Amino acid sequence: MEGTERVFERLVHEHQHRVYALSLALTGNSHDAEDVAQDTFLRAYRALATYPPDRIRELKQKAWLHRIAVNVVRNRVRGVRPSLVELNGSEPSLSSGPEDDVMRKAEIDELAARVACLPARYREAVVLRHVQDLSYAEVAEALGQPVGTVKANVHRGLKILRGENHGDGDD
Amino acid sequence: MATVMIDLKRLGDVKAPAGFAERVLAQAGMADSYAVFDTVLGPVYVAWNRLGVSAAMRSKSSAEFESWFRKDVGRQLVRVDPPADLAAKIEDQLEGRRRLRFDLRGLTSFSQAVLSKTLEIPRGQVRPYGWIAREIGHPAAVRAVGTALANNPIPYFIPCHRVIRSDGVIGNYGGGGPEAKKNILTLEGVQLKRLQQLARAGFRYEGVRSTKVFCFPTCYHGRAAKEQNIVQFHSEQEAYSAGYRPCKHCRPAVVA
Repeated sequence: MEGTERVFERLVHEHQHRVYALSLALTGNSHDAEDVAQDTFLRAYRALATYPPDRIRELKQKAWLHRIAVNVVRNRVRGVRPSLVELNGSEPSLSSGPEDDVMRKAEIDELAARVACLPARYREAVVLRHVQDLSYAEVAEALGQPVGTVKANVHRGLKILRGENHGDGDD
Repeated sequence: MATVMIDLKRLGDVKAPAGFAERVLAQAGMADSYAVFDTVLGPVYVAWNRLGVSAAMRSKSSAEFESWFRKDVGRQLVRVDPPADLAAKIEDQLEGRRRLRFDLRGLTSFSQAVLSKTLEIPRGQVRPYGWIAREIGHPAAVRAVGTALANNPIPYFIPCHRVIRSDGVIGNYGGGGPEAKKNILTLEGVQLKRLQQLARAGFRYEGVRSTKVFCFPTCYHGRAAKEQNIVQFHSEQEAYSAGYRPCKHCRPAVVA
């Protein structure tokens, strides 16, 4: 028991930013992101308590947590589409001034919201590959899909994101 | 074209908000939450987790409370905004209107038994240390009861102030010394002066002539009796030989 708690504490401290960033990219807003990230760790905690020591030692923590987070989001938003309101709202701004931090936060939020509008299967693939910087093999493992499927979904997802960038008059 | 990729990378650099790890650990039951509450006793630091209230202390500062908690209870602690209804629940608890749940993990089973028994003492009443010892099945462990109560991690909530020496001396109190103990008991409606007069005269119990039942002097049952119908006893033997039986509510002696 003591061992599990140690492992879990280290897991949380080591992966908190990664899991939070993943949750933000998948949900598109910071409120849901915290919920999903917390849920992810709690599920991990419950699972760890049932794993034998060997399994815990051999666990690929990164891929495992990603998989849990993806499942948490899938279960949560099943049937609930992220709102489209923010899509055509603010335009990306490159100005930097005294409100730099606020700007950056707003930009991040807008970007997260845009990613959140991708269809789930593209979104998961794009986020794991390019936000979380996993290899295609790791993404495939986390999503439980063949590598080829992942590659195709990443490609299509990026295409949609790029298309919208042009539509906003990026250049 | 590359901007999308760069933007996505930036999204991956987002950091979890402050206190996130502690909140996760708190939810897993590995860290407790705490906040300061204004109570009838003044500001009290209260820690809790999913099992219930785990600690309370009238500390001078957050730092003092946190270091005491980590050393004494041995878990992580994170300061949070308390749930909306907790302040009201705490007030109800301290005024005897309801009973919260408590997390006593980490204490010995003896200490847990002592504290659970202490919770049964009604507001406005007091019991001697020996009573706790007898009720939990360790009649000789009176001093150990004293130690367990002195180390009560949740004073005020678990009313260790309602346990006093059988000779009427109020005794020491971890929650702020003997004076604080007297103040709380007075606040709860215990008539300390009368209690100590009786104790000084060597009286431990009071009986009622009409019912032939004897009680601890603060027991609610028998308080309705007229003054001239109340008799005092030095010991349970004295009460027994006068034909009295122990009260079933305050249980001043094992019911024969």
